[in-house]
Amino acid sequence: MSHRSHTFYDAGLPYIDVHEMTGKLIVIEGTDGVGRSTQIELLKKWLEVKGYGVATTGWTRSSLMVQAIDEAKSGHTLNVNTFSLLYAADFADRLEHEVIPALRAGFIVLADRYIYTAFARSMVRGADPEWIRKVFGFALIPDAIFYMQIQLEDLVPRVINSQTLQRRYWEEESGEGMDYWESGMDMHLGEDFYDSFVEYQKRILLEFHKMSKEFDFQVVDAARSFKEVNRELKQGILAVLDDEEPKEKSRRN
Amino acid sequence: MPRNFEQPHQMPGRLIIVEGIDGSGKSTQLQLLHKWLLNSKYRAFFTEWNSSALVKETIKYGKKKNLLTPTTFSILHATDFADRLTHLIIPPMKAGMIVCADRYIYTAFARDVVRGVHPEWVRNLYGFSVKPDIGFYFKVPIEISLTRILNGRVELKFHEAGMDLGLSDDPKESFRLFQSKILEEYDKIAMEFGLTVIDATLPIQKQQGIIREIIKEKLKDYEPTPFLKKKENVYVA
Repeated sequence: MSHRSHTFYDAGLPYIDVHEMTGKLIVIEGTDGVGRSTQIELLKKWLEVKGYGVATTGWTRSSLMVQAIDEAKSGHTLNVNTFSLLYAADFADRLEHEVIPALRAGFIVLADRYIYTAFARSMVRGADPEWIRKVFGFALIPDAIFYMQIQLEDLVPRVINSQTLQRRYWEEESGEGMDYWESGMDMHLGEDFYDSFVEYQKRILLEFHKMSKEFDFQVVDAARSFKEVNRELKQGILAVLDDEEPKEKSRRN
Repeated sequence: MPRNFEQPHQMPGRLIIVEGIDGSGKSTQLQLLHKWLLNSKYRAFFTEWNSSALVKETIKYGKKKNLLTPTTFSILHATDFADRLTHLIIPPMKAGMIVCADRYIYTAFARDVVRGVHPEWVRNLYGFSVKPDIGFYFKVPIEISLTRILNGRVELKFHEAGMDLGLSDDPKESFRLFQSKILEEYDKIAMEFGLTVIDATLPIQKQQGIIREIIKEKLKDYEPTPFLKKKENVYVA
């Protein structure tokens, strides 16, 4: 068997057998508005056409945690520790109920964000870097992490444009054009949404940058056209799948 | 960090915690201690590990729908604890009060490891917590704790008996198996963190006498902050 077994980052889940997980975990990371979700949608179709079973998982709230997180966010009772822990519970729930079962069933799991988003968000809010890494020590090490990198000057026009703002404000009836949390409004960084967004994203991008080496991100320049980015992601994914190609072939025969 | 609770804290207050399995009598002892502290004109603050509003509903929902894994169970309780630490333990400690906590992080270390999480992971999870000035561990044999619990009511609660772990279909037997595993963990923890072991089979007043002697010794160098000292004069029990 050429299959490389999965491992955890640190003290993992002692009650989970990692040897049964024959699927692949592929993470697409990047800040808010960089275009991850649209890419993932198309990558999923592309892989399915190729005959792979594909599961996607996002950073949306799990059914277990949706209520607690929404309530906590609507109030003002969160500090950096409770903020980080709520997201850790949310992530653990998705890892154990979505990601691991899919990997066991031999699926390719495309993860829209992973623990690095949690690290960035917690660290800009003052969490201890070593502590937050230990807390998420139960996370599986992905087979590949593609980081969609973008500079602030390229990010701003993607988020602040009439189409996005109008849709959010009118159609989704969120009552805001820019997202409160994606703008880091809880951190009191600026007078208004725009100032806050710029300062917050600057800090988030810096945290991602710092993690790049540590976690072996494959950096994809997301400032280019959608097609170019898509092509590069596909190449990267193929390289991951090629590792297993002999086995995949024999399985299909 | 990452393990704050391994270094002495720098706050003017004092933190006294009690640990032990259900039915060990720790809550009774802490309440008696709290009354005595108040009566001795100390500013004492009592807190117990009840679920806070933040995750109470989630834990209830998760239990009902059987969605909780050992890891999510553990993180949810840590979130709960972090919230309680922020709102109910640190402010009185900073104000120079004596905080009496019924159960502390060691409860999680024992219970969550029995449920299956990694011992090192759960210790790191609580890395943000404050080191107690003194921790009492009330050690009691299973049979005595079971008798004490069943004295007060008709049956054991589902999670108290660890019924979700599938150790036995009989609640009493499940309780015995589950709590003896917890007891094993507590014995390790008491050594690791230097908890003061109290023989919880002794008569209540005898245990309380031992505890008060230890606390008296511990409070010798304790000076309430000037702010609380001034208030002390007008304090009525």
